[in-house]
Amino acid sequence: MKLSEVPRGGGGIVVGVEALGPNDQIARRLRDLGFVAGEAVSVLAFGPLGSEPVLVRVGDARFALRRAEAARVCLQEQSP
Amino acid sequence: MTAAAATIASQIALVGNPNCGKTALFNTLTGSRQKVANYAGVTVERKEGRFTTDSGRLVRVLDLPGAYSFDATSPDEQITRDVCKGHHPEEPKPDLLVCVADATNLRLHLRFVLEVRQLGQPMLLALNMMDAAARRGIRIDVARLAAELGIPVVETVAVRRHGADALRAAIDGTPPPSPAVVPDLDLHAETRRLLRAAVQLPMQHAELEDAIDRVVLHPVFGLAILGAVMFLIFQAVFAWAAPLQDALAAGTASVGAWLAAALPDGPLQSLLTDGVFAGVGTVLEFLPQILLLFVFILTLEESGYLPRAAFLLDRLMFAAGLSGRSFIPLLSSFACAIPGIMATRSIQDPRDRIATILVAPLMTCSARLPVYTLLIGAFVPRREVAGLFNLQGLVLFGLYAAGIASALLVATIMKRWRRDRGEHALLLELPSYRWPHPRDLLIGLWERAAIFLRRVTTIILALTVLLWFLSSFPAAPAGAGGPAIDYSFAGRIGHWMEPLFAPIGFNWQICIALIPGIAAREVAVSSLATVYALAAGSDDAAISQLSGIVASEWSLATGLSLLVWYIYAPMCLSTFAVIRRETNGWKHVAIAAIYLFALAYAASLLTYQLTVWLT
Repeated sequence: MKLSEVPRGGGGIVVGVEALGPNDQIARRLRDLGFVAGEAVSVLAFGPLGSEPVLVRVGDARFALRRAEAARVCLQEQSP
Repeated sequence: MTAAAATIASQIALVGNPNCGKTALFNTLTGSRQKVANYAGVTVERKEGRFTTDSGRLVRVLDLPGAYSFDATSPDEQITRDVCKGHHPEEPKPDLLVCVADATNLRLHLRFVLEVRQLGQPMLLALNMMDAAARRGIRIDVARLAAELGIPVVETVAVRRHGADALRAAIDGTPPPSPAVVPDLDLHAETRRLLRAAVQLPMQHAELEDAIDRVVLHPVFGLAILGAVMFLIFQAVFAWAAPLQDALAAGTASVGAWLAAALPDGPLQSLLTDGVFAGVGTVLEFLPQILLLFVFILTLEESGYLPRAAFLLDRLMFAAGLSGRSFIPLLSSFACAIPGIMATRSIQDPRDRIATILVAPLMTCSARLPVYTLLIGAFVPRREVAGLFNLQGLVLFGLYAAGIASALLVATIMKRWRRDRGEHALLLELPSYRWPHPRDLLIGLWERAAIFLRRVTTIILALTVLLWFLSSFPAAPAGAGGPAIDYSFAGRIGHWMEPLFAPIGFNWQICIALIPGIAAREVAVSSLATVYALAAGSDDAAISQLSGIVASEWSLATGLSLLVWYIYAPMCLSTFAVIRRETNGWKHVAIAAIYLFALAYAASLLTYQLTVWLT
């Protein structure tokens, strides 16, 4: 499952970040920000227009991601 | 030289993630002994301060821009990386790196601490916001963490008076040895290991923050709160600053009058009263407004609200070819485009950054206010509309709205033209909410005030004097009819420009005022004051009467046309200068100048011809 498909209040465990090409800066930055295998993430809120951006908690930090960015993060569903 | 070198014992650099409280710590360490400048070639702020340790050593502290990683994605991060690695051409390699980490956000910040440690340079870790961590039930075994990391660790609370004493003592002590570099270290795995070994995290996340965010980021309530905050800011800037402005105006006017009486009649008296006091005095009146606006912006920034606003507006701004991050620079541009354009350095995507820089001058900066206030006072009747609003206020609001709408439109058009259609990143951190510290607000405010005052006392003063000279010389020949300014250089330039601007309704006096108005917008009003004061040949035709002169001498169409002109007015020279520095070239300066001039001319033409046709 991709992070962009998670409903509000949902979450999961990161499996990895998929790079869209050999030099995907966004994917590298996502990993630097803590989106690495084994981290728990949860979707806290959506922006007011078109459910974008997505507010995600990873670790103790909160990041706003656009849908295309969130789509790079692959998750394993977590039973609540 | 040797004496100075001997007393400066060490050069340290503060490095850390954004939102780690690094700047507050910097303020605690150095107090007001700070120097803010720019790194050459880029508009990244270079903040240096100094303090003396208990043993009497002088320490220079560099506050490096926040970075998430040395895999730099913005000019800020490049500077931080280069200075830490000792690759920066102008910055000596720091003797000691003080890595600052937010104790409440260690999972993110420790990763960067490890990345810094991999440089193998003497460093220590300042665990900041230990008070907040304790409140949240985060327990950190500092001794264990230091042992595991292999570097000294001190606790700090940057917002408390003695919160940095431990750090001071550590800097004063014997410098720590360089840490060992672990080859092929998996930073994330190591971070997790350190957290397991030395940190006890509570099971619950910060519930209060989540509750606040549920309201503040709510699709309906969130936008309503944002609207209310914006409304409050504008209300405050325009209503609360008025008494202070009036006091400043009265003060400069009385000093000017006193000088006029004390000095003998002649060129010197004319220069001081018609030139310096009429010109610089008018501009100085805007200081309270600019400062008040910055009180709000700094408070919102320090409290953590601004990124939330960016979150709410991102989709809308993205549709227009900008980014949620553009909100902060654009909001600052309401005070002045210069700090606004400088604030674009927090936008990582270069295309978003350029787009924001190019439309920032369309935000109604406070320098336009004198022009707006003058013209609205002269041409718009003070009338109630729908029993609630004032017509003058509505027109002012309309001018602001026109600026914002034009900015969105221009950005959308630029987005269409852009060839590079690669993805734009947002990746915006929403930090924890914090109470802004008065000291940090004051230091920030002082920096802004200094920038403004430097402008007033240099470029604006010089231009005012130049304009006074142009409009005073050569003097009218003896026995000549008509106002003296007709014979001056300025009069000639104005007459020469008139044909070009006649279609949009500008007379030669306005044309004269436009020239210094390009240098600094607010000078346009003082120039008109100078031009008309000199044309009237009397010293007491003060600025306060300018409104009356303008109302009687200009047609409604001319007044409205000039109002509209100043929505787009080719901006002040300082803005051009900052765009050049920021984009490292003249290309975007030319683009901005041409499109703004074209828009201003077209919009004024439309306004003038329509008004003439209707009235």
